Order: sequence, then C-alpha cells, then structure tokens
Amino acid sequence: MTAVDVKGVCKAFGDRRVLDGIELAVEPGEIFALLGPSGSGKTTLLRIVAGLESADEGSVSFGDGVSGNGIPGRDVGFVMQRPAAFRRTVFENVAYGLRLREVPEEKIDRQVATALDRVGLAAARDAKAWTLSAGEAQRMCFARAAVLEPRVLLLDEVTANLDPTNVALLEAAIRGYNALVGATVLIVTHNPFQARRVGQRAGLLLDGKLIEVSDVRAFFESPKDARTRAFVRGEMPY
Amino acid sequence: MPRIPIGTLLALREEAKGRRATLTLAKAIVFTLYGMPPVLAGLLVYLLLSTSGPLGILGWLYTPVGMVLAQVLIVTPIVAGVTYSAVSSVGRDVKDAARSLGARGWALAATVIEEARLGVLTAIMVGFGRAISEVGAVLIVGGNIRGSTRVLTTAIVLETSRGNFTEAVALGGILLGIGFVIFLFLYRTQQQGHR
Ligand SMILES: Nc1ncnc2c1ncn2[C@@H]1O[C@H](COP(=O)(O)OP(=O)(O)OP(=O)(O)O)[C@@H](O)[C@H]1O
Ligand SMILES: [Mg+2]
Repeated sequence: MTAVDVKGVCKAFGDRRVLDGIELAVEPGEIFALLGPSGSGKTTLLRIVAGLESADEGSVSFGDGVSGNGIPGRDVGFVMQRPAAFRRTVFENVAYGLRLREVPEEKIDRQVATALDRVGLAAARDAKAWTLSAGEAQRMCFARAAVLEPRVLLLDEVTANLDPTNVALLEAAIRGYNALVGATVLIVTHNPFQARRVGQRAGLLLDGKLIEVSDVRAFFESPKDARTRAFVRGEMPY
Repeated sequence: MPRIPIGTLLALREEAKGRRATLTLAKAIVFTLYGMPPVLAGLLVYLLLSTSGPLGILGWLYTPVGMVLAQVLIVTPIVAGVTYSAVSSVGRDVKDAARSLGARGWALAATVIEEARLGVLTAIMVGFGRAISEVGAVLIVGGNIRGSTRVLTTAIVLETSRGNFTEAVALGGILLGIGFVIFLFLYRTQQQGHR
C-alpha cells in the first residue's frame, strides 16, 4: 500500500513541458525528499498532488482512507514555498481549517495552542500575522496545515531563505509531526543537506523527469545516475 | 448590497476556465456602465417606468421605488467594479492556502472577500458617495415631489432655482454632514482592518 501514488503525470504550460511522465510511489509514514534544481517542476508536481493544479495526463491516488482530491484539504496538507498568511491573528490563521470543519471552540483553543507550541510560536498567539518575520510566518503556515493532522503533508521548500535557527525549528517540527502522527511527508527542497537530514528516501527531478529514487544513504553515497552524482556533489549549478 | 457578490463572482469566476466569453461580456458591461452618465440611467429608468413603458403598469414612476431602481442601476457597476479590482488583487497564494486547508465554494468566496475587506469597504464608500450625491437621475425618475420623492440633492436644486440660497446652503451642509458621518464610520472600520 502506497500513501501517494503518482502515475504517468504530465503537465505542460503552453508548449513548455514541465512534467514528463512522473512515476512516484511514496510509502506510508516515510519522509520523502524531492530534490531538483530551480525550474525542474517540483512545485508543479506538489501542486498537482495537492489538488491545486490538474495534470494533463496521468493520475494521483492516495492510500489508506485518504480521499486526497475527493475531499481536498482534509487528508492532504500543503505548505507553500512562500508563506501565505491570512490578514488575521496568528491564532485565527491556525484555527482557519478547524473552523471550516466546525470543530468546537474549546477544542480549537487547545489544538491551536499545541500546534503553535510545537513550532515555537506560543507567545505570538495574538500577534497579527503580517507582523511576523518570514521565518515565523512560515512556521505559522506549517502549524496551520499540521493542526488538521493530515495523513499526507506536502512541504514546498518551506525553509528556503530562512536562517539556520528557523531551519532547525522547522525541521524539528517536521520530524516531530512525522513521528507523532505517523503521517507521510513529501518535502521538496533544492538543498541536498536538508534532504539528508530529514529524508528517508530521496528522488531527483530533472527536466520534468524523476531521474533517480532511492534511500537517502544510497542516494548520496552511491548514486547510480551520473546526473545525480553531479547534483549531490554540488557540481550541478542550480 | 448585491453588488459585492457581483464583483466577487466576477473575480473568482475569472479563474474558472471555459467561461471566458460570458465573463468578458459581464466585465465589459460592468465597466461600460461604470462610466455611464447618471442622467442617462435616469432617462432609461424613466422610459421603462413611464405609463407607456414596459414596466408602466407597476406605477413606480415618481415614487421612491423608482428612484431606488435608478440608484441601483447607477451604483451597481461602480461597486461591482471596485470590488472586482479588490478581490482580484487577493493573491493566488492566499486563495491556494485557503483551498489547501479545505475551503470550497462559499467558504472560499467568504475568505477572499475578508482578505479584500479594505477594498470592499472602499467600494461601499465610493458607491455610497455616488448614491447620496446623485441629482439628475433622481430628479427625472422621482419628480422631486414634496414629502415623497424630494431628497436633499433635489431640494437643493429647487431652493437654488427659487433663489433661496440660505436654505440651499443649509441643506448642502446637512448632506455634507451625513456623508461625513458615514464616511467616518466606514473609514474607522477600514483602519481597524489595517492594524
Ligand atoms: N502557472 C504557470 N504558468 C506558466 N508556467 C508555469 C506556471 N507554473 C510554473 N510554470 C513554469 O514551470 C516550470 C517549473 O516551475 P516550478 O515552479 O514547478 O519549478 P520548481 O522546481 O518548483 O522551481 P523552484 O526551485 O525555483 O521553486 C518553470 O519554468 C515555470 O516557469
Ligand atoms: Mg518551487
């Protein structure tokens, strides 16, 4: 049983073919790191898995009671590359999905408090979201997705442009979420070091194709494909 | 305020594919009416409501109902247009965030309006300003009947034509005052959204 099953997904914007027959099976409970240089189609693939974009060809299916596109946003969480905060307080941002699901108020209070605590934002509860620093905003967005406890969590370069402290905080939150909920995490990054730190398996996306998929160890220590070798050695400019 | 939904609908629909043509048409209509002289709207409503007009049997000419009809015709495209601009300025990121958290349909629309609330309030302010300052259309359709369809603006016109400038100026002052109070209220609401 796979948690996320991507089959033959193709996507073109105009005549630019961004994804060209992607095959990817993410196992339940694993943290899968999707690597690739800028413009290789990582965000596009993630958006298709999240149901925010439709594939031209192919399909995405989810395992084990996850309805994915069926009732989108319930079982599949998504944190975007750039933090997109609502013009509300931090608390209201994180409570957003819970309110949509008509969770009782006391429960919302408790769950939001826990979620904020896990990303080190307990003190910012009543702050306006637009006053947060970039790192804090991204952590809030992570909490906003994680508070719904999705079985599949998609993360798109959530630590890009953040300082080491925020990167460490977010990576800890990601590992913690994965361990606590047993959720599947698909994390996009262009940072091989991050893939190594948080990922159990890794895949390299290049020119719309998944070049190589393997355990992180094998991926970094004995890559089969010459292009993967170049990428992990930092010889591929990106 | 049926105009906010129109603007929102336009902006949201813009993303839905396949309805481009209808949408372009709707936008064209809104933005054409946007620039329509109010007097023309008044004339149109007059012709509609006059005894020989298609809606003549309703007997709405020279009644407040008729005036409201004219006002709606004038204000709707303005509020819809400004709302449209405000709602379409809400970033794709924010809409996607709402969608990824499970918002669909009305819940999504409500979130987008809330995110655009400053612009939507501006739309209401502009529309309101246009409505209370309207003279021509209201005069044509309402007929400036004392105790019925005489409003502040038409009363000012009347008093001025009679040479009662003191009364005219006083009425003008009242109009300005009402406008100011309502503007102040909306403005403060808007500022609260900022902080
Ligand atoms: N909505 C769109 N319309 C047109 N082209 C698009 C659209 N979205 C993405 N693209 C193009 O698809 C290609 C892949 O974009 P994508 O955002 O998936 O790359 P990425 O791997 O996430 O890059 P980065 O690491 O810079 O975020 C790019 O060339 C981009 O210009
Ligand atoms: Mg990207």
